[in-house]
Amino acid sequence: MGIFKKKAASEFDKPRDAGALKIMKEGNTVTRLSFLVFGLGNILNKQVVRGLIFLALEVLYFIFLFTFGIGAIGDFITLGTVEQGQVYNEALGIYEYSTGDNSMLCLLYGVITFVLTAGVIFLSCMSAKSAYCTQIRRQKGQEIPTFMDDIRSLKEENLHAFLLTFPIIGIIVFTIVPLIFMILIAFTSYDHSHQPPGNLFSWVGLENFASMLSSSSSLAATFWPVLVWTLIWAVTATVSCYILGLLLALLINRKGTRAKGFWRFMFVLSVAVPQFVTLLTMRTIFNANGPVNVLLRELGIIGVTESVPFFTDSLYAKITIICINIWIGVPYTMLSTTGILQNIPADLYEAAKIDGANAATIFRKITLPYMVFVMTPNLITSFTGNINNFNVIFLLSGGGPDSLEYYYAGKTDLLVTWLYKLTITQKDYNLGAVIGILVFVILATLSLLTYHRTGSYKDEGAFQ
Amino acid sequence: MKMKRFITNSACHILLAILSVIWVLPIFYVVLTSFRAEGGSYKTYIWPKGFTLDNYKELIQGVNSKIQGGTSIDFTRWFMNTFIIAIFSTLLAAFFVLCVSYVMSRLRFKMRKPFMNIAMILGMFPGFMSMIAVYYILKGLGLLETGTLKQLSLVLVYSGGAGLGFYMAKGFFDTISRSIDEAAYIDGATKWDTFIRITIPLSKPIITYTLITAFMGPWVDYIFAKVIMGNDTKYYTIAIGLWTMLEQEYVEYYYTQFYAGCVLISIPISILFLLTQKCYVEGVTGAVKG
Repeated sequence: MGIFKKKAASEFDKPRDAGALKIMKEGNTVTRLSFLVFGLGNILNKQVVRGLIFLALEVLYFIFLFTFGIGAIGDFITLGTVEQGQVYNEALGIYEYSTGDNSMLCLLYGVITFVLTAGVIFLSCMSAKSAYCTQIRRQKGQEIPTFMDDIRSLKEENLHAFLLTFPIIGIIVFTIVPLIFMILIAFTSYDHSHQPPGNLFSWVGLENFASMLSSSSSLAATFWPVLVWTLIWAVTATVSCYILGLLLALLINRKGTRAKGFWRFMFVLSVAVPQFVTLLTMRTIFNANGPVNVLLRELGIIGVTESVPFFTDSLYAKITIICINIWIGVPYTMLSTTGILQNIPADLYEAAKIDGANAATIFRKITLPYMVFVMTPNLITSFTGNINNFNVIFLLSGGGPDSLEYYYAGKTDLLVTWLYKLTITQKDYNLGAVIGILVFVILATLSLLTYHRTGSYKDEGAFQ
Repeated sequence: MKMKRFITNSACHILLAILSVIWVLPIFYVVLTSFRAEGGSYKTYIWPKGFTLDNYKELIQGVNSKIQGGTSIDFTRWFMNTFIIAIFSTLLAAFFVLCVSYVMSRLRFKMRKPFMNIAMILGMFPGFMSMIAVYYILKGLGLLETGTLKQLSLVLVYSGGAGLGFYMAKGFFDTISRSIDEAAYIDGATKWDTFIRITIPLSKPIITYTLITAFMGPWVDYIFAKVIMGNDTKYYTIAIGLWTMLEQEYVEYYYTQFYAGCVLISIPISILFLLTQKCYVEGVTGAVKG
């Protein structure tokens, strides 16, 4: 393992890992010019195809910038100036709508332009780096790779670039751009009374954050209690599902258990049924007139007309939801841990047995450390997933029971379901975005702290 | 000693049996209600008074709306819509996930740690916070013009960000011994060959896991599908279709059909799981001993 580390360190000294500053310092004029004229260093050094691809991309970007980009950035700053208005058409004798600026589109196009610009800056560094590599090769008198060599290198030293390109494009278009857009919304007045295309909205700075966090407003009176419940929910849900699921997987996987496939199937059946079906069924089952209450009535535990307020009392609702979540989550954990349990090197167990360790010691000293090592990132993801667990809350209780003290939220609402209500029902997009950002801040602090402390981050090779 | 083992084994099996009952009972209730002869929603009893296959028949043949101007039920079509979307997004998403996890696990390059940190940071934002923006981006790309294009955009939405969910598979790749890779390099294999010919075949359990999770997405997602499809009933996926059946004005008419639909969509997913079950039974440890 030590060998790998040394190797990795020496790889970073190669010219292809040089930073932009180093290139500026050590590159010759052509290399430096490659920051501005993409592919220059390549074209002058017989790598014509590579150079021309760089150049073509630059030309495309500038065409985009001059036909569209500059205007988009201008609109982004003002968020539109012309409001949609009514103009009296005398010929027809009616009022007609004149199209105004759409603040939302101004914002979106601005973001897209910025992202493309960032891409071009990245490309500029790539171009300079490519020129720099060629320059170094020339100085050392090495052979200069042809275009065919470049393509071949995608299978070897540039495999990461080849494999990552498409996933990253997907991530940028469907995650990063929308996210930047929504983050910016938090700093605007895009609420129910400023809806494009009819109305314009504008930049308001930190106003939304102030009203969310300040102690006096009804927003803050909703935010803090909802936050506390969200955290309680996330911790309980993650820990209960993980431990019970791991125990279940061990129970099924132990040597003495017969018909492993059958048991696994019994539990995975509930995974196979789409989640919203099980959730809606659960809601029906625990309904005031649902089967559970009917059963309790027939058994005489509660009166004939009484019903247990599974979703209508705030404490009952919270407990019911956590229990139902265990029902849903345990098979998932079982499913995901089974694969990893089977991957624990069998010789570890054999060695432990020869040394005379009993089942409890083996679990404590081998299984648990191994599982925690492999699953920590997964645990963090599932904790994050639970803080953002929209489906369970929304489909089971819908956030209810409703509360009059809250601003459009119920007693079991998580921050995300509140976010949903604010954006979809209330159309207060800016408030929704503020909550999204606050959720992010909470999660980021919590998980960066824990993740950096775990074994699987510090020492990825520990079990190799 | 033998006696003790027998008692432990029996206790484990009894425990498993009790737990299985708890886990299967609600599903049993779904099946039971789907055969219920009496329409309407809630009843004051659990066991149905009569059984019928009509719920299924109506569902498969399609029902014209029982309310003036309401949505008619076209279950077969919804089923196919979802199935096609699920297949394509599963392939795309699994490809993304495997690529990213292999790169993160095996290859070393400068942007690796930053990428992993960014991926984790992005995963912390609530997923549908960006929904409205995604909708307008798709609209801007002209992908919401016709029903087929809407289906394409759903595939993209379900698989687009999939590359971020690489943790599970990366954790798995990390446990495969590196000495196998080394041996392949010595034999003259490129890194690409190692990925395709060695790592992938050794990773059946995690590939199955990735495929199953990706395949589930389109069947259970309601919000994105609803936002993108709008009122285009013909192109609805199962989830929105079934959901529509539970809406206030339909629930009294379609309650039992809804459960019949639930049973029908659970079948393909269960079959898929049975097919992939054997990947779990054989651990890879035997094959990967260094």
